[in-house]
Amino acid sequence: MIEWGLYNYWVVIFLMMTGLYVVISRGNLIKKIIGLNIFQVSVIMFYVSMGKVRGGTAPIDAPGFEIYSNPLPHVLMLTAIVVGVATTALALAIVVRIGEEYGTIEEDKIREIEAEEHPN
Amino acid sequence: MIDALWNLIGDDLPALQIAMPLLTATVCVIVRRPMLAWAVAMFNAWGAVVNASILLYRVWTRGTISYVEGGWPVPWGIELRIDLLNALVLLVVTSICAVVLVAVPRSIANEIPREKHYLFYATYLLCMTGLAGMTITGDAFNIFVFLEISSLSSYALISQGRTSRALTSAIQYLIMGTLGGTFILLGIGMLYMMTGTLNLVDMADQLALLGVNRTVLVAMACLGVGIGIKLAVFPLHTWLPNAYTYAPAVVTAFLAATATKVAYYVLVRFAFSVFRINLTLDGTHGGALLMTLGIAGMFAGSLVAIFQDNIKRMLAYSSVAQIGYMVVGLSLANEHGLTGGLVHVFNHAVTKCGLFLVLACVVLRMNSTRLSAFAGLGRRMPFTFAAFVLGGLSLIGVPLTVGFVSKWYLVLGALDAGLWPVAVLILLSSVLALIYIWRVVEVGYFTAPPEDADEVAEAPLSMLVSTWILIGGTLVFGVWTSLSAGVASAAARMLIGGVS
Amino acid sequence: MISHLIPRVLSKLLIPLIMLFALYVQFHGDYGPGGGFQAGVIFGAGIILYSLLFGLDQAKEVFPPRVLEIFVAGGVLLYGGVGIAAIFAGGNFLDYDVLAHDPHHGQHLGILLVELGVGITVAAVMATIFFQFAGRGRTDD
Repeated sequence: MIEWGLYNYWVVIFLMMTGLYVVISRGNLIKKIIGLNIFQVSVIMFYVSMGKVRGGTAPIDAPGFEIYSNPLPHVLMLTAIVVGVATTALALAIVVRIGEEYGTIEEDKIREIEAEEHPN
Repeated sequence: MIDALWNLIGDDLPALQIAMPLLTATVCVIVRRPMLAWAVAMFNAWGAVVNASILLYRVWTRGTISYVEGGWPVPWGIELRIDLLNALVLLVVTSICAVVLVAVPRSIANEIPREKHYLFYATYLLCMTGLAGMTITGDAFNIFVFLEISSLSSYALISQGRTSRALTSAIQYLIMGTLGGTFILLGIGMLYMMTGTLNLVDMADQLALLGVNRTVLVAMACLGVGIGIKLAVFPLHTWLPNAYTYAPAVVTAFLAATATKVAYYVLVRFAFSVFRINLTLDGTHGGALLMTLGIAGMFAGSLVAIFQDNIKRMLAYSSVAQIGYMVVGLSLANEHGLTGGLVHVFNHAVTKCGLFLVLACVVLRMNSTRLSAFAGLGRRMPFTFAAFVLGGLSLIGVPLTVGFVSKWYLVLGALDAGLWPVAVLILLSSVLALIYIWRVVEVGYFTAPPEDADEVAEAPLSMLVSTWILIGGTLVFGVWTSLSAGVASAAARMLIGGVS
Repeated sequence: MISHLIPRVLSKLLIPLIMLFALYVQFHGDYGPGGGFQAGVIFGAGIILYSLLFGLDQAKEVFPPRVLEIFVAGGVLLYGGVGIAAIFAGGNFLDYDVLAHDPHHGQHLGILLVELGVGITVAAVMATIFFQFAGRGRTDD
């Protein structure tokens, strides 16, 4: 694996920038939330790849295995995944209500409607 | 009986501080009746104030408290670590929670449908859980988890506002907040990678041995951006005005006084206890950057506030300016400056929460927070408007109010650092605060209400009580400063002493 | 709704197995891979599969939203209750050692109850999220 170097960080950075770009550039709120998810997943990959120990096995106590991968980052990411699910569910719930109130989930159209209704 | 109980739980107060709001939130969901849920929440919130006071007293007399959860020893287990710094922040957060809760039932009665009230109380308590947890935990990853608990519940609370714009504000805050939270997570991951520990004290020791390298610098940057978003420091503040303007009135009062303050605490904690960097001397220019952003925030926030027609939005922009003061205090990195920043956490929480509660009274009776609704309010709702005037004076920083105390320390800190232009700028921006407060006072006292205006009653007693507790607080703590400034300066000495 | 015979018959066979598997993952979680999160999601998936095939209204009769709401809160209450019980047994918050006479049994009991709390909450939350989204806009037609 040596020849690959620190390729996992390149994957993480690529995913992260993809996510951030989607959040910034897309006007559709659902697409923004997808971008947000990609962004979160990149950090989850960062942690998980960090815990890998070369030649290490799953951290279960068994005879004949001396080197274990670090389980702590995985456990942390279990929590981060739950946080991600909760954020996504809440975001989608708010988007559903925005869709009902405004009749659209495109950000620029929402802005137009808001500008007409509340000039402020 | 009581002694036996005290023997059992007396040492477990730090854990109860987090566990009780979480458990009472579930009780609120189960009991479902609005007034019963409110009673449960009130019982818990005032209990939390007592708990936080005992903790502060213990820290003051006996020193730092360390509590391990689940019996796993530090640094492997999760530690709750309370020193003077977070004991003060904890007291602020719990007191604001409890005082605002008094005003909640009357205020949300015409903003949120009655069948959702029990969920409102549950979410409110969850938010309190997250904020208290962030404040007293000694574990880096725990900070992220509690941050997300408080953030998620605050998005949900904001989306309950009356207009449909509450929804768009909530989603805007959600997107910004999640980006911020994920940056914090990334920064913590890098620190974990370099130090192999998540315990903040252990992490600081390891970092001191390690010195500053590129990964640590990137971690600092990620944490800075992430916390900056949650703190709403000047260019990252864009979520704040909308979120504060369109949230239900009591939610604004609650969040304005707690969420950004806890984020400021986390910034101070990382800067002074974990990285232990000397902001003014090290090569990262972190201090200069924060000072520039803080000063820019002070002026940008106040200037925009002057031109707002909606008073709630005006106070939201004023919050951006006040966060600027706190950040300047931190960036001065000397004892007086940091004391000013920390004491402003206390003082601004009391003042701004009081002012937003005044707006909650106004919106309840006038159905609007636009400037036109304030016409003649000095005579129509005299007690409410008098509270606004006193709170406004404190925001400007008039002597005998709390605002003066924090500005005094900030100016002293700037002079100690030899930066007299900063001291002048702090005083100048106070003049801007005078302008935007005066606009409202002028309309309230010297403009007659419209001819066809209906009679309005004074705000309900429960809301007046909680407003006046806070406004009274701005006067009391403006004169008696040993609780706020005394603890803050001791905490600042401790933090500055830890910096290499 | 259109009656799809094959999925219905198959799911009638599958759903009990899914729920049984969820319980296996739940209660085997303290000695093998598994635990409350996974078990809760599997159980929730069983509920969701049921409501996909038999309709939301029938699913809501089997799993009334109000009961699910109590389960959401009850699971957290169980989790926190174990922590508080540990305090009253003389230990620190969530210190399972003191829950039974033997610390080993205490650990076993503690993690079992805590994971049960997690499992109940996760399953109920999954089903609630599905019901909320699926039920949206149905009142209009």
